[in-house]
Amino acid sequence: MNKNPYVPFSSEILDVIKHTEKEYTFRMKFAGEVKPGQFFEVSIPKYGEAPISVSGIGKDYVDLTIRRVGRVTNEVFEHYKGQSLLLRGPYGNGFDLSLYQEGEVVVIAGGTGVSPVRGVIHGLCETKDPQDKYVIVGFRSPDDMLFRDDLKVWDEKLRLTLTVDGAPEGYEGNIGLVTKYIPDLPLKDPSTAKAVVVGPPPMMRFSVQGLLAKGFREENIWISQERKMCCGLGKCGHCRIGMRYVCLDGPVFTYVDSKDMID
Amino acid sequence: MGYSFSREGFDAVLKALARTYRIYAPVTFAGQGRFTDVDVVRYDFVTDASQIEFGKKSEYAFKELLTPLSETLFYFTEDEVKEADAQPGEVLVFLRSCDLHALKRLDQMYLGNGFAEDPFYKRIREKLQFVLIGCPASFENCFCTSMGTNRTEDGYLFSVEEQDGKILCEVPSNLKLKQLFMENGAWIEKALPSFVEENDVRVTIPATVPNSIYKAPLWDEYTARCIGCGRCNFVCPTCTCYTMQDIYYTDNGRVGERRRVAASCMVDGYTNVAGGGEYRRTKGERMRFKVLHKIYDFRRRFAYDMCVGCGRCDDACPEYISFSNIINKVDQFVKEEKADE
Repeated sequence: MNKNPYVPFSSEILDVIKHTEKEYTFRMKFAGEVKPGQFFEVSIPKYGEAPISVSGIGKDYVDLTIRRVGRVTNEVFEHYKGQSLLLRGPYGNGFDLSLYQEGEVVVIAGGTGVSPVRGVIHGLCETKDPQDKYVIVGFRSPDDMLFRDDLKVWDEKLRLTLTVDGAPEGYEGNIGLVTKYIPDLPLKDPSTAKAVVVGPPPMMRFSVQGLLAKGFREENIWISQERKMCCGLGKCGHCRIGMRYVCLDGPVFTYVDSKDMID
Repeated sequence: MGYSFSREGFDAVLKALARTYRIYAPVTFAGQGRFTDVDVVRYDFVTDASQIEFGKKSEYAFKELLTPLSETLFYFTEDEVKEADAQPGEVLVFLRSCDLHALKRLDQMYLGNGFAEDPFYKRIREKLQFVLIGCPASFENCFCTSMGTNRTEDGYLFSVEEQDGKILCEVPSNLKLKQLFMENGAWIEKALPSFVEENDVRVTIPATVPNSIYKAPLWDEYTARCIGCGRCNFVCPTCTCYTMQDIYYTDNGRVGERRRVAASCMVDGYTNVAGGGEYRRTKGERMRFKVLHKIYDFRRRFAYDMCVGCGRCDDACPEYISFSNIINKVDQFVKEEKADE
């Protein structure tokens, strides 16, 4: 074990799963302890590092779902099976799955925001009352859908609402923002139900508003923040919001804390 | 215990110390300031006491030694990652009370925030010793008294102050130094460093700041005035942010290095995430982010304020924005909010 926390370790790419033209899941060799919602700093020497959420956890691997949007992430796409990437982590607090075992739970995720909660939703499928577990997942369009195989499983095991912001004519699924489906959730008792919301900032803001309007309590809502991070160690400063560091204190926060976190 | 030196005597002390330490001190660079025929006072390594500027505030802080503007962390060669070598040797840093207080803030971030110490910071920090420069009077824009950083009781090897052509030094402990001082100077009863007791600029820090500050109109002025150059951050002795940068030397990209470079929360790109996401687009929002960190958010995390009141941000601002004025405007806003309740 290297004592310098900035030194990355080499991790083999075990598999590459293509979701869309832009989004791939890289299955990376990793045997340590990881929680959904945590992240790794993924680095390619000569390009830089980027924080990437864990989208899946196995006995000897972690999945990192990467969108081809930045300088670092473009380079990652040149790496394929058998090659390796340099990683540091896992960092951040992650989700505490034990909180979402009992009672009614709603998970609302948008776009790549599905990655950090994928493990949470898997956990919901394994609870003893999956019919009390609601998942609303939104993508920009049918072509942007991630984790298509998972979506089928989630649809069978728990109460999934899959929606897209927009679709070509003839699309038969739901069309509309995730927030549209919050008022109609057939919950028995919103005041004790728990919710996890992850996605782009406006989507999280309006989803939380919808949940509060429905009767959810602030301490029963969790969100996960995305910020620029150069270290993951609470030094570089980029992810600070108010008195908190997203990399150390988050990225998962209850709404009680996050409502005072104003950029 | 105090000592008095002639300039020559003190120079002999410095030369002796230079055998053990590299000496890092404020130096006046004639004609090298921002405009023609303007001097600049910044830190550099010195070998001679006459090089040290005792009479002026340094425009840049000593922190550049600990958190260099650009610092190589690793070298990448093929599949190997090699840590960059550390600078050898101990360093003696000459600084003022406010800056010694700033050191505590730097340590807080790099050694005391989160679960890991920063090894690149620590390996430099461990080799530093300090000499306190006395402040007989406040400089322009200083508000150390308001921030409680005007006095320093410990954390330095000895103090130094120029008085009537003599150099006075007080040595709190350290027998070895006492011997060296005795050989080159005269023992005097008191050579205690002066501390500033009053500044022209005074600020009042509000104990708590309500969330309504985020939408306060006072920030709009800075959206109009601030040009987002980041000078205030780069001269600040307590700003610690950095950005990671990888560069490569060859076209095949297999040999290169990872650096960290000083970052500024006022400069474009500070919050940019992949895909075009950006937080705090206006300069006013960035000013609010910076100011609240210095006088409130840092304290909420670590129980003391980050700003040390050195006033360098005011000295450096090309738009003549005054940080101390902003603090007082925030305080005024908080008082008005309370009155409205």
